Amino acid sequence: MVQVAMTVNGKAVSANVDSRTLLVQFLRENLRLTGTHVGCDTSQCGACVVHVDGKAIKSCTTLAVACEGASVTTIEGLAHGTKLHPMQQAFQDNHGLQCGFCTPGMIMTAVDLVNRKGNALDEATIRHELEGNICRCTGYHNIVKSIAQGAREMATQPQAAE
Amino acid sequence: MSATGLGASVKRKEDIRFITGKGRYVDDINRPGQAHAYFLRSPHAHATIDKIDASAALASPGVAAVFTGQDIADDKLGGLICGWMIHSKDGSPMKAGAHPVLAQGKVRYVGDHVAVVIADTLSQARDAAEKIVVDYGVLPAVADPAKAVGGPNIHDAAPDNTVYNWHLGDKAATDAAFASAAHVTKLDLVNNRLIPNPMEPRAAVGDYDSGTDTITLYTTSQNPHVARLVLSAFIGLAPEHKFRVIAPDVGGGFGSKIFIYAEETVCAWAARKIDRPVKWTSDRTEAFLSDAHGRDHVTHAEVALDAAGKVTGLRVHTIANMGAYLSTFASSVPTYLYATLLSGQYNIPAIYAEVDAVYTTTAPVDAYRGAGRPEASFVVERLIEMAARETGRDPAEFRRQNFITQFPHQTPVIMAYDIGNFAGALDKALEHADYKGLPARKAASAAKGKLRGAGFSAFIEACGIAPSAAVGSLGAGVGLWESAEVRVNPIGTVEILTGSHSHGQSHETTFAQLVSERLGISIDNVSIVHGDTDKVQMGMGTYGSRSGAVGMSAISKALDKIEAKAKKVAGHVLEAAESDIEFKDGKFTVKGTDKAIDFASVALQAYVAHKFNGQELEPGLKESAFWDPTNFTFPAGVHICEVEIDPDTGIVTVERYTAVDDFGKLINPMVVHGQVHGGIAQGIGQALMEGAKYDEDGQLVTASYMDYTMPRADSLPSFTVDTIETACPSNPLGIKGCGEAGAIASPPAVINAITDALGHEDIAMPATPVAVWRAAQKRPRLAAE
Repeated sequence: MVQVAMTVNGKAVSANVDSRTLLVQFLRENLRLTGTHVGCDTSQCGACVVHVDGKAIKSCTTLAVACEGASVTTIEGLAHGTKLHPMQQAFQDNHGLQCGFCTPGMIMTAVDLVNRKGNALDEATIRHELEGNICRCTGYHNIVKSIAQGAREMATQPQAAE
Repeated sequence: MSATGLGASVKRKEDIRFITGKGRYVDDINRPGQAHAYFLRSPHAHATIDKIDASAALASPGVAAVFTGQDIADDKLGGLICGWMIHSKDGSPMKAGAHPVLAQGKVRYVGDHVAVVIADTLSQARDAAEKIVVDYGVLPAVADPAKAVGGPNIHDAAPDNTVYNWHLGDKAATDAAFASAAHVTKLDLVNNRLIPNPMEPRAAVGDYDSGTDTITLYTTSQNPHVARLVLSAFIGLAPEHKFRVIAPDVGGGFGSKIFIYAEETVCAWAARKIDRPVKWTSDRTEAFLSDAHGRDHVTHAEVALDAAGKVTGLRVHTIANMGAYLSTFASSVPTYLYATLLSGQYNIPAIYAEVDAVYTTTAPVDAYRGAGRPEASFVVERLIEMAARETGRDPAEFRRQNFITQFPHQTPVIMAYDIGNFAGALDKALEHADYKGLPARKAASAAKGKLRGAGFSAFIEACGIAPSAAVGSLGAGVGLWESAEVRVNPIGTVEILTGSHSHGQSHETTFAQLVSERLGISIDNVSIVHGDTDKVQMGMGTYGSRSGAVGMSAISKALDKIEAKAKKVAGHVLEAAESDIEFKDGKFTVKGTDKAIDFASVALQAYVAHKFNGQELEPGLKESAFWDPTNFTFPAGVHICEVEIDPDTGIVTVERYTAVDDFGKLINPMVVHGQVHGGIAQGIGQALMEGAKYDEDGQLVTASYMDYTMPRADSLPSFTVDTIETACPSNPLGIKGCGEAGAIASPPAVINAITDALGHEDIAMPATPVAVWRAAQKRPRLAAE
């Protein structure tokens, strides 16, 4: 067992965990933040994407101990109280989700994409950048629309630094 | 139309919890004291189990129990069942081998369940499972359905690995049509084996309350009541009144979560056995190995034409792979869900289909999005396209010439189509796809050294499954009605209890729209309760695009009763005869007066019961209904796919995809379009990239996302989706269902487009770059090359 401490969604957290504990297990089982999902265990599907120190990573293949001292943001930390993040709102506005299982990872990936590529994203860029996220329900059509809208609206609504 | 009533693209109520990470899926549920199950699975496709030594595993840290098939047998638990009896041509019942919950004496596919280890943590269970020593006597495998007959015998009960030799239609009339045909088009095809891959892997938590002797099972199910019924009545786990099944948020199903599997059975059983909650969550490779797969047909098909281009006959022979065991509804898929749709949208006087269902040493095969109907549509639409090409006819006009135009229409293969407008969908699709501009686009592609083609698919499906007496006469073990209960609370809010289950289909919004429309209340004052056998009395669940046509019809019927009762209450309150009460936009009025009372006030009056005699009119406002459909529904449409192929790399780009579908009345167009998008993506996946592959030893070589190609955002275009409307006459809402259409329509549209581009028909699904590159080398040379 090993002690691990980090900041998750702005709160300091620590726990004594098995050294092989993955970040996603730490989030889901220790912190009960079950919005981050495991869809494939092999970094292929992106349901587990969270932000570590402001960058998107796949928490199913990251050890919790590797995030010692880091600042982690999960889907639960994206909204400000009841005010949705513009990317969350865009997914609802455009029917960018059906079963909802891939959605947290999609939204966290999309926010990271805007942070890296800016607010004016064309369809080809969005589609290419989603190479690490699989959705089985939507055919991506409305996810692409959601991300384009979310990206535009992130420009007009200031975001808190992670 | 109100802003939240029928026909409005209302944003989804359920989205808020999903986009904020507050969904509650089975793996999010943990019970106090819970232990974790890990299944030891067979590494062999076919082997005898000669000995299992679990002593070292039992002594491992944290291990609570190790169970094998012997423990299941000792507890006299029944096996997993197949709920649809099919009879062979000779009248004999299908030959089904036993399907034990944990293997007994033999394993029959890689991933078959040999033992379960239950421990304090999953890591401990997994570590302990490595210490179980199993002596296997390895036997030959057979994965290819075309080689199953004459292959190694898998079940003693099924000689020659044959489950049934079934047929449908008039053989003599069909043979006569072929004997007098002016032209016959022939096609050999493989409908490739697929793995459904909902993004949420299957999971189960069994929880036993020894005080009340009650089991609660949380499970990733599309139909929790059916799960409880099967686990109670056939497997004998616990009687229904001592057994609660909860399917909370479920992350996609596509058919694969209809079925009753070994894992949830074991979790529920073991929880009682060790008096501790037991949890299991599939990892993705387990999902590939053990979720029921889809499709896997080998087919020879022929269509006969007369000299004028009229289709006169169709005959089909299909070998259908059932896998190693018959899954819950497996037997119905290549028979009554397949051959009954072989008439497509066409007036075909004679059809004859033969289907041989075989066992192989592969994972069980059962319904996957469309279930039999994509296989039928692929046969029909490939044949029709090829027949048009071979006889020099335009594929659109050849279809139009043969379309059914008079309704109702009795096909030669059971189905009676109630209504449709096939030419209407074709016209609209041709316009959206700019079919007239295709030659110019082909020329532009050719100028770049690329090949361009367009392909049609005029599909039809039978949904709204289904009239209970009809499916009963065809061998179904269940009735396929749906139930609903409408509970109006004293302050006028409404709870709808439904036997349908939403795992992405948007019921919390669309079902609320129906209530909003009917009762004139906000959708915010309506909640939809589903997925819990303790709350909803009974239901048949969600599959076969049935939740709208059947589930909502049951709600509509219960709302009729609510309205009738509320009118009686309103009559007492307004001191008017019941026959003078009118109800519109949420208000009860007395005809010809200004006396009025709103719905919420009537609800309160129904519960306080001050204004009427409780002996003559029962207090309260709660009604239930069961809806049994009078016919299948027949969604249909025309899809046109346009592709560009790079002959140097074999890469196929879907340039345009147009879908015009007739789903009858739409509840929520936004949701309908979303369903179509997802279905098209799965169909393009089947056509271009997906395929489950077993090697000669029966090893699944596509058991991860690195080996099984899923459609990703950059492998698809945006789609052009539109609808036409002929109201369905067989349900009160006029709706037909839209969940499967995209997956049924799109594979032949894509392959017809590729073959149009290549100039020959020799390409199989999935048309991967290497397959297309090879096919491109065989194409007729253009004059310029």
